Amino acid sequence: MNTKIILAAACAAALAGCATKDEAAYRAQADAVLKRDFQARGIATMDRLDQTELQRICTQYHDNPPFEVQQRLEAAEMKTVKLPADGKFMGDWKRGARIAESGRGMTWSDKPGEAGGSCYNCHQLSPQQTSFGTLGPSLLQFGKTRGYTEANQKYVYERIYNSKAFNTCSTMPRFGSTGTLTEAQIKDLVAYLMDPESPVNK
Amino acid sequence: MKRRNIVCAAALGAALGATPVAAQDTDTTTAEFEKFRAVMEEANPAELFELKGEELWRTRRGPKNASLEKCDLGLGPGVVKGAYVQTPRYFPDVGRVMDIEARVVHCMITLQGFTYEELAKQPFSTETRTPDVVSIVTFIAAQSKGMKFDAPQSNAQEREAYELGKAIFFHRAGAWDLSCASCHGADGKRIRTQQLPNFTNPQQAARGVLGWPGYRMTGGVMHTLQWRMNDCFRQQRFPEPKYVSEAITALLTYLTVNANGTVYKGPGIKR
Repeated sequence: MNTKIILAAACAAALAGCATKDEAAYRAQADAVLKRDFQARGIATMDRLDQTELQRICTQYHDNPPFEVQQRLEAAEMKTVKLPADGKFMGDWKRGARIAESGRGMTWSDKPGEAGGSCYNCHQLSPQQTSFGTLGPSLLQFGKTRGYTEANQKYVYERIYNSKAFNTCSTMPRFGSTGTLTEAQIKDLVAYLMDPESPVNK
Repeated sequence: MKRRNIVCAAALGAALGATPVAAQDTDTTTAEFEKFRAVMEEANPAELFELKGEELWRTRRGPKNASLEKCDLGLGPGVVKGAYVQTPRYFPDVGRVMDIEARVVHCMITLQGFTYEELAKQPFSTETRTPDVVSIVTFIAAQSKGMKFDAPQSNAQEREAYELGKAIFFHRAGAWDLSCASCHGADGKRIRTQQLPNFTNPQQAARGVLGWPGYRMTGGVMHTLQWRMNDCFRQQRFPEPKYVSEAITALLTYLTVNANGTVYKGPGIKR
């Protein structure tokens, strides 16, 4: 019986070893096959399949890279965040509400410059909007519970601009760094989360 | 067909859209849709496409004026029963793994003389046009109703297709850094109110293949898994996959093999 268990464990270990080795080869093959089997359409150009270092590392580590790697990548992502020239983080929460609702942008069926934030795809925000996703945390009463401070406004601006500066392999797109949203749009979203008058905080 | 679409849309509206549905009630929404789906499946519009597909399968067509009755879907020339649930599989005559739609396209090219270019030009259904391939695949799928998914992993090529598909599933890229797993890698997640199956969980893998090909309420059109993969990549903010390419076959191999053992209920109905 013991022999059987040891044998089974050894086999499992051997298989795991092989699987790890093969995984790298299959990742490289996937990269090559995607580049061969996909084609540009509309604004979705082929350079989108050139993995960035961050995308490559998050793929390799199934979104959980070693701590030192996370620190290095997050610092690099933070450098891509461009703070508003006028030093103001808040726009208009009413415009922000529309941007949060829109799921458009960056697909091959979208035109350039017609992106929204797709916020409700993943987050709960205003209690009035009951159609919301759960891929991200609920942001209900975001400003009210965390405090309407300038530091929090800055945090929200940076987080929307580049979520990977805070969580290396975050599922959330880098809305500012990728040019999906403009500075003004991000400010409107900050207001949607941080203005005491916004329905998010009611 | 047109009138049926309107009836479907109206019925769906009554079942789902008439009152705003609170997100906490998502399970109620899902339950209501399942009830509606059960009613619809008694007179599933997919059956019309099955009939059309069967006729297309038997009719002499194309520059070579041949039917598809000699097409080998993996179980021998002309054998349709059980073929759908036993693909993707390795086809020695072409030396590659093919999913069912890739194989039908292959047969339309080799037996009937159509070209890849004309078949790939507008491969997916619109409100005004259903490509022949879609009807043919729906016919073939219907002949596996009640059978278990049994996509083979019996040779190196099939196992390699699975591993490649898995690697593609976890491959993060594109304008928004997304992979398939970004949305389909954890239990109990939703986009808006749409529940997302977790394809890394064996218990949920069946949700990737059941109900396809599906008659989609949105737009009232018939779609295959080739379309489903295409539209996922659109929303993943990737460039577009080429029609019936190896990348899509590999992904379908990963999804189908994970669902092996599930009983296929035939072409279905989708939101």
